[in-house]
Amino acid sequence: MGNSSRKIVAIMGVGTVSRELPIVAITPFAVAAERELGDAQLRANLGRATRTIRDKRARVVAEVADWEPMRDRAAAVKDEVLDNLSELLARFEAAAVAAGATVHHATDAAHANAIVTELVKEQRAESVVKIKSMATQEIGLNEALEAAGITPIETDLAELIVQLADDTPSHILVPAIHYNRSQIRDLFARRMPGFTATSDEPAVLAGAAREYLRRTFLAAKVAVCGANFAIAATGSLVIVESEGNGRMCLTLPETLIAVVGVEKLLPRFADLGDFLRLLPRSSTGERMNPYTSIFTGVTPGDGPQRLHIVLLDNGRTQVAQDPVGRAALRCIRCSACLNVCPVYERAGGHAYGSVYPGPIGAILSPQLTGQDAGFNKTLPYASTLCGACYDVCPVKINIPEILVHLRQTGSKPAAERAAMSTLSWVMRDRRRWRAALRAARSGAAPLRALTRRRGGTLRRAPWPLSAWTAHRDAPLPAAESFRDWWRRTHESS
Amino acid sequence: MSLPELFAERAGDYRAGMHHCTEDDLPAVLAGLLAGASKVVLPPGLPDAWTAALTMPALLDGPAVAQAARPGSARDGRAAALTAAELDEAGLTAVELDEAGLSVLTGCAVAIAETGTIVLDAGPGQGRRLLTLVPDHHVCVVRDEQIVADVPDMIAALPDPRRPLTMISGPSATSDIELNRVEGVHGPRRLDIVCVHP
Ligand code: SF4
Repeated sequence: MGNSSRKIVAIMGVGTVSRELPIVAITPFAVAAERELGDAQLRANLGRATRTIRDKRARVVAEVADWEPMRDRAAAVKDEVLDNLSELLARFEAAAVAAGATVHHATDAAHANAIVTELVKEQRAESVVKIKSMATQEIGLNEALEAAGITPIETDLAELIVQLADDTPSHILVPAIHYNRSQIRDLFARRMPGFTATSDEPAVLAGAAREYLRRTFLAAKVAVCGANFAIAATGSLVIVESEGNGRMCLTLPETLIAVVGVEKLLPRFADLGDFLRLLPRSSTGERMNPYTSIFTGVTPGDGPQRLHIVLLDNGRTQVAQDPVGRAALRCIRCSACLNVCPVYERAGGHAYGSVYPGPIGAILSPQLTGQDAGFNKTLPYASTLCGACYDVCPVKINIPEILVHLRQTGSKPAAERAAMSTLSWVMRDRRRWRAALRAARSGAAPLRALTRRRGGTLRRAPWPLSAWTAHRDAPLPAAESFRDWWRRTHESS
Repeated sequence: MSLPELFAERAGDYRAGMHHCTEDDLPAVLAGLLAGASKVVLPPGLPDAWTAALTMPALLDGPAVAQAARPGSARDGRAAALTAAELDEAGLTAVELDEAGLSVLTGCAVAIAETGTIVLDAGPGQGRRLLTLVPDHHVCVVRDEQIVADVPDMIAALPDPRRPLTMISGPSATSDIELNRVEGVHGPRRLDIVCVHP
């Protein structure tokens, strides 16, 4: 799916090395969305998933009396981090090093990939076990490791499914939501060594993954993880998960490499009090996720004896300079905004073409890469600006505001430019405006009868309005203007 | 609702097995819960009474940091009391812990009522992280006075936040296949929590 279209563009010569990165959309959102909308199974699965998680979230959020003040506090803490980023990074590094970790700084994706690849080679490991991590997806670490002859093994069940299928995730939280159980069974039968089950019961499939990965965990020398939070005061890393694959990766291998976006910092350990209440409730709709691991450097005799932390910038300090757009860096990747988004619910994660889908992706991807990368500038248009994402966001990112800001600062599509300049010429003069409305009404008259069955909406308008109706139905102009109606009903009496 | 009652209700929501007893009944309750185990894994620093009624062979984990920090605990005395006890001075390996039929018995550092969470900090009676990860069955003892209201209180109650911490809320679970909740993916598939009331 996502991968195959990526390859096609590369063959056509449009893609450069930087455009191949998984954070860059290689197709305009509207085009990709149209393709994805044709997938009925995706839409059905996604609709069910988003509805279920949405309802669960609403229930557990309603339980918490101080939810709103907590959101305010969390937003303020994250802003404090962005205001003092370099100082807090230095504090984190000092504390982590004192606890036995080695800290690396990566300016961009290629740099981070080179550091990690080198560290894995030092351990002479042919494979690494991985915990699901958005940061490593963002930099395309798996592809970089493969190019160096190292096999990355995803250990999160959904990520494993997606990896075995040579596919890309469609949701941050439930990446394989576009697969049904029978498809997963067939996939395991084809790609998972030692798989013999004939049943497609989720418990049986999960059991097969447990067996397969247990052997892998026991033999693994190196693990790669991200982090949900990094505590500046203590140098601690926090990893939130459900399945226990994270604990396996964080405990069994001798070497652990954590790739951590610099915005993951929290100043104080006590800040976790709010964030560990906000994240699980917003994310899976649980009061608490099954497992949270917090560790600081190396503990003799317990867990990995070599810990490398790669602090990843990759555009983040640049984004932190934008007074409006920087709020996107507060994001704790809970995916609540995806589940409430009417556009995401229908189009699905692949339509965004970037590792960060949904409302957060629409503001984060184009900012991290710059709007000129691939078609990332089309992502801020993947929204109706309804504001549902802002309401649920645990760190109160005003996503609609940033969307509008990015639309204003990015280059606009040609049709919108044409339509807007015509409109501004017409609207500047009262006579021109009235004439235009009259023309629209008489032009629409014959269409009205034809479109009555659809409630009087238009599927295709002529250019430049076609850019609007390509992906929306447009209402026809009213048969009578308010001015005319007023004159007819009031001035005659 | 009192904190212990809320904790029991919330932890029960995750389908952890919930058991209640007094200090006096504890050895018998633990012996009952662990009766099906081929061997029981014991971290250093467990109170002797907890293992007093156990009859199956035990795997005692070797000297961990926490053990050294607490010289008073009589590990050797307890080891002698258990039948056919094995004492691994170097520490049990993941492969040893992967043997079928193992159960692990621990205490905890603190527990959270609001979320039904137990928090282990590798202190006495909890041990290294892999002890509660690789075996398929975890029995955890929680005393009423260890239960705090919510996450911020838990953080305030930790003796040292820089110890390796594991917060556990029910058995491991996934909802990755058609959003069906499946319990026990990689961690212990069974979690029994024994609440000790005064
Ligand atoms: S933007 Fe807000 S709601 Fe969306 S994933 Fe990030 S933290 Fe969650």
